[in-house]
Amino acid sequence: MVASAIFITDLTGKPLISRNYRGDIPLTAAIDRFASYLNEVEDEMKKPVFHVDSGGEVLNVDDVGCTGVGGETFVYVQHSNLYLCGVTCKNSNIALMLTYLYQLTSLFQDYFTTLNEESIRDNFVIIYELLDETMDHGLPQSLDSTILRQFITQEGNRMADDSKSKPPVALTNAVSWRAEGIKHKKNEIFLDVVEKLNLLVSANGTVLHSEINGAVKMKSFLSGMPELKLGLNDKLVFEAAGRGGSSGGASSSRAGKSVELEDIKFHQCVRLARFENDRTISFIPPDGEFDLMTYRLDTHVKPLIWVEAVVEPHRGSRIEYMIKTRSQFKSRSVANNVEIIIPVPPDVDSPSFKSSVGNVTYLPDKDCVVWTIKQFHGGREYLMRAHFGLPSISREEADGGNINKGSGGGSGADMSWKKPIGVKFEIPYFTVSGIQVRYLKIIERSGYQALPWVRYITANGDYQLRMA
Amino acid sequence: MSSSNGTMGVGAGGGGGGSDSRFFTTQKKGEMHELRLELHSTDRNVKVDAVKKVIASMTVGKDVSSLFTDVLNCVQTGNIELKKLVYLYLINYAKSQPELTLLAVNTFVKDANDPNPLIRALAVRTMGCIRVDRITEYLCEPLGRALRDEDPDPLAFGDFKRIGIVRLLYVRKTAAVCVAKLYDIAPDLVQERGFIETLHDLISDSNPSVVANGVAALSEISETSGRDVMRINASVLQKLLAALNECTEWGQVFILDSLAKYTPAEAREAEGIIERVTPRLQHANSAVVMSAVKVILSYMDVMAGGRGGGGDGAAESIRALTRKLAPPLVTLLNSEPEIQYVALRNINLIVQKRPSILENEIKVFFCKYNDPIYVKMEKLEIIIKLVNERNVDQVLLELKEYATEVDVDFVRKSVSAIGRCAVKLERAAERCIGVLLELIQTKVNYVVQESVIVIKDIFRRYPNRYESIIATLCDNLDTLDEPQAKASMIWIIGEYAERIDNADELLDTFLETFEEEDPAVQLQLLTATVKCFLKNPEETQDMVQKVLDLATEESDNPDLRDRGFIYWRLLSTDPEAAKLVVLGDKPVIEDDTFRLEPNLLNVLVGQIATLSSIYHKPPEAFVVRANRGPTGGDDLGLGDVGEEIEEGDEEEDYEDENDVNGGGGSGGGDLLDMGGLSVNGNAAAPTGPVAGDMFSLSSPAAAAVDPAALMSKVCAPEKSGGIELWAGFRQVGGSVVMELDVRNVSSNVPVSNLAIQLNKNSFGLSPANQQIICNPPVPLGGSGRQSVVLVVNPNMLVQVPDGQPASPQIQVAIKNITTGLVFYFAANFSLDALFSADGALERAAFIESWKSIDDKKELYGTVGDLPPHSTDIDQVAAKFKMHRIFLIARRPVPNAEGQEVAYFSMRTTTGMVFMAELTFKKGVHAAKVCIKTEHVAYGGLAKRTIESMKALGVALYEEVAAIESGVVCSFVEAEAFAAMRCSIIIRSGLTAGNVPEGL
Repeated sequence: MVASAIFITDLTGKPLISRNYRGDIPLTAAIDRFASYLNEVEDEMKKPVFHVDSGGEVLNVDDVGCTGVGGETFVYVQHSNLYLCGVTCKNSNIALMLTYLYQLTSLFQDYFTTLNEESIRDNFVIIYELLDETMDHGLPQSLDSTILRQFITQEGNRMADDSKSKPPVALTNAVSWRAEGIKHKKNEIFLDVVEKLNLLVSANGTVLHSEINGAVKMKSFLSGMPELKLGLNDKLVFEAAGRGGSSGGASSSRAGKSVELEDIKFHQCVRLARFENDRTISFIPPDGEFDLMTYRLDTHVKPLIWVEAVVEPHRGSRIEYMIKTRSQFKSRSVANNVEIIIPVPPDVDSPSFKSSVGNVTYLPDKDCVVWTIKQFHGGREYLMRAHFGLPSISREEADGGNINKGSGGGSGADMSWKKPIGVKFEIPYFTVSGIQVRYLKIIERSGYQALPWVRYITANGDYQLRMA
Repeated sequence: MSSSNGTMGVGAGGGGGGSDSRFFTTQKKGEMHELRLELHSTDRNVKVDAVKKVIASMTVGKDVSSLFTDVLNCVQTGNIELKKLVYLYLINYAKSQPELTLLAVNTFVKDANDPNPLIRALAVRTMGCIRVDRITEYLCEPLGRALRDEDPDPLAFGDFKRIGIVRLLYVRKTAAVCVAKLYDIAPDLVQERGFIETLHDLISDSNPSVVANGVAALSEISETSGRDVMRINASVLQKLLAALNECTEWGQVFILDSLAKYTPAEAREAEGIIERVTPRLQHANSAVVMSAVKVILSYMDVMAGGRGGGGDGAAESIRALTRKLAPPLVTLLNSEPEIQYVALRNINLIVQKRPSILENEIKVFFCKYNDPIYVKMEKLEIIIKLVNERNVDQVLLELKEYATEVDVDFVRKSVSAIGRCAVKLERAAERCIGVLLELIQTKVNYVVQESVIVIKDIFRRYPNRYESIIATLCDNLDTLDEPQAKASMIWIIGEYAERIDNADELLDTFLETFEEEDPAVQLQLLTATVKCFLKNPEETQDMVQKVLDLATEESDNPDLRDRGFIYWRLLSTDPEAAKLVVLGDKPVIEDDTFRLEPNLLNVLVGQIATLSSIYHKPPEAFVVRANRGPTGGDDLGLGDVGEEIEEGDEEEDYEDENDVNGGGGSGGGDLLDMGGLSVNGNAAAPTGPVAGDMFSLSSPAAAAVDPAALMSKVCAPEKSGGIELWAGFRQVGGSVVMELDVRNVSSNVPVSNLAIQLNKNSFGLSPANQQIICNPPVPLGGSGRQSVVLVVNPNMLVQVPDGQPASPQIQVAIKNITTGLVFYFAANFSLDALFSADGALERAAFIESWKSIDDKKELYGTVGDLPPHSTDIDQVAAKFKMHRIFLIARRPVPNAEGQEVAYFSMRTTTGMVFMAELTFKKGVHAAKVCIKTEHVAYGGLAKRTIESMKALGVALYEEVAAIESGVVCSFVEAEAFAAMRCSIIIRSGLTAGNVPEGL
């Protein structure tokens, strides 16, 4: 139903470790096919899911089944210099396979800090154990590292007294993500609200798409089995409460702004049915770091940092840029480590810059100019000018006027720098959505006092402004 | 492994901490021996390290199976790490050493009784992975125990005993999966031991993880066996829904996936389940979200179809659900690119199924610069599906932007998308063309070519509307170097030759390189030149001659040659007819050529998140159906399962083809089918060899059997809810029968009950019984033949107007009672099905009648290209007799050496008499036909009946019928269609006695 086998290879497809769960495919041959896919299929034709028919042909996604039944489907993800690949000969749940592979990567990272070719080789015994424990007969089982760590440990020579190794309670417990009997000297919980702004602005300055991806990240150091309740200024909650009339005018006016979160995803510890009922976020947290919830807002956001570029190319001699940037948030906020990344043609030379603030550097290997502003206060506007020399014969002319021939090699050259402008920034103590944590209640049987710490930050996500 | 690791040394003394890579140290000669010694060492650390070295060798693909017994020796240990490693080794090499593996059985059995649940579970799990038949016998005992591995007191759930219970649960959840493993190897054992029942008990388990694994195991077994062993009913449903809230994310997916296979009995039940499933849309794991979407979408149909549910209420709930589904789907696009890809392939289905869900979200599908190309391509598909008149301007801006990006394939697809917008939205077509013209101005080679290709489609959608842009296209002729673009441009030139001043010159330049061109270009050049010639004969005579010569004499491509010949004959026979054919109106293309057929779509929506939804194919299209257990002798065991299960379970989605065929053979449904045609095979040849060529049948022994019907495709699945119909007519035991081949192409509701009605027709035929019961029902992918007995009913007779030939067409309406769908088609009647057995006239009466009929009422024809032996009159007569066409007399033609005439008569059950004269000449594989009858209107049909007894002619008619009934005509097909019509005209020309020289 899910995976016949899982294997990990290096970037050339050479197998590092593999586990055949169901024995319904010849694994060695399958790994060879995967390797030949990696090496023989052109990069732009590659897809994360591909089917090889029973004759060994890689099929286009629309042609699957046209050469008859049989064959295998491969699904893979890349991590540093590795491929993690699952293979199946059934109509498997492919979304499940992908999420398993992703969680497997984070599990390995959790165990070995870095996951790469070397760490795989250094820990092959434990990887076999983890592969055995996280998947049975191709069906994913628990992948929770805090739980697995209790009986699969890294010390080579562990568990001299084997009677001690028992499956942890949590493995089959209803609270599968938290072990019992956790103790911390200081009961603390850290809460970070992180928002990333995805933005796409067209060349004429209209915002094509803007979206906030938020996450409430937690670091929990709480003893025992604490029950937590989190209150946000979620609009739907206030509407519900407002109708109830109990909270009164004072609190709702104090709330002032409330936010309608569009799509919320919760960590598995949150009781979804309860949330569905009365929008209460209640949960028993796992120990340590985790993402409690992520949310998305599709509202139209004014671009926090606006960039305009005027480009004046003079063919065969020089090209000039005038970049104007403006911060469009409240003046008491500050954006830190702002980087404005402006793509330039690949064959420019002798750069010179003039800017009213910050540093400008030319990165020839990335064909771009980066304008760095350490601190960018709200409501300011800055200007930067860049000047480059251009070779007297441009690259496409050097190619022999071959612009219109061939499959884009020539014309690609004159368009590759038409990449959009990118912006990176971080604004602390600020959420662009206006979301706020109203309360975090912590209740534990022993009745200890716990300290919640809350921070807010807004950063860039996929922030692109197309150039004219 | 790189040799640098070799330098790390063997460090045998190393205890904890050291990196495992030292075990990969390359082995020298004699190392095997050394390893063997180490494996037998009494020092535990040395032993563990030795096993690790063995596993390391195994990992890099070295064969270490020779150490089997030595490694196996180490299994007798209390060290769980060592045990795991040995077990891992066993799983790998058990298949190659089945005998030796049996030595491990004792250890397994012992470990399965170990007080430590971890070891118990490990033993059961590993045993299940060892796919050696003989080990399975030993597996059953411990597995049975593990499944019931339970605290005797179910009430002991207080904290006091809780920990103990939980450990036992760990064994149970492992054992549940192990049942599925065992079923793969030995299904009969699973049955014998009642393990499936035990799995059902596990669904009632108090622990959600056990429930989830039990569900997973049952779904596995259902898939392997092809039978629903899950058997969801009301109480199971409640348990699943309860466990859904509690179990791990993976368990939630298992449960949701099995819910998706269930069809709620009624709207209220569906709504209730949806309510419980909806919170899963909030889960962080994309797989959970997608499976929840699948359940909700599948059940929405039940909600909508609910009769008692109250239409308004259901509609309102569906609207509310639609709103709820959009945000989680959009959020999937923020996941990792691989998951985005899976999500997009699924969204592609969802926007076809319920366009309203994402109708306002088109912007989220706009491509980001750094999206991987496979994501961009899928986003484009969705954009085209969501584009409408409100957002088309924005979409066009966006597509234009993409057309300037670097990736050639993406650019091409974007350009093509602009064209598809134009084809889809009539009001936006002009703007789209504007954008395309701008893009052509960039002169970027591949942009221009792709633009030409889509502009051709726009012309086919809106003929004679935008030809003003042809001039611009012609300016870019020399940029075109790809066959498809060239072919498109040439098509445009041919189609609009009268509006292009120098069309002939343009074509002439292409003709210079005719022989080097791709076949697609050659075909278009041929057609375009002929069109050009018909529009402007004076100037292009030489050119058309040249291209016809090239096509018919120089080319090795049979398509090209055939089309060349057809045009040639057509032009030389009747240029006016040629105009009608070649310049006739072509079918206007539709924009929905890229949409999935509704029934397939429904199947695929039920497969969301699986591979099937990625490939947009039902699972049986690419998955090998597991045979029912490899042991072979399992039929008995399975028989029991079958009987037990089949009772309440008639709605299985996919039936095995073999089932259908087997059932069809034993069922009483097709007693009438004795024609000897293969009914079962999906690929049954449409032209039965028996009927296809009457002349060629040499053995009269078969005369007792009624000839089979000649089947032709009459109804395409697009029109009829996924059912393809082939029809033919014949006579069985004196009554006229319409044979109907029902092929279920994509309806997941098996075809079981149809009602049929005929329109008034030239023969007065109507069905004796309006109901058609398919027994057994025709499931998806299956086919079955039904015979409908027709009777002559004077009320159903259409009077044929004077001077016109009777139409052979019978219009049929069929209603699928199960789905309520009504569809219409027409089938051509073959007159011989009406010929009666008493059709032989007295010789004298024949001569009398022959003389009495005016010569003006004679109809002439020629049958050519006969198989050599079929000019033997004896054989022809025998063959004709089967079709109740009777030989009256034969005589040599006076004064003509080698010519012989045969006279035949036939009489329909309605009393019409036809007389035929066939003239044969020795050494010529052709016959002249002359028909005389008082019923002139039907004479043509009688003549055609006689002529049709020639394989080639029959095949041709059929192909035309197939094309005519197909809704979608591709670009190439449209031209082929024209050519086909033209060949029909040639045939009629031939039969009119007009045989041109040299043909």
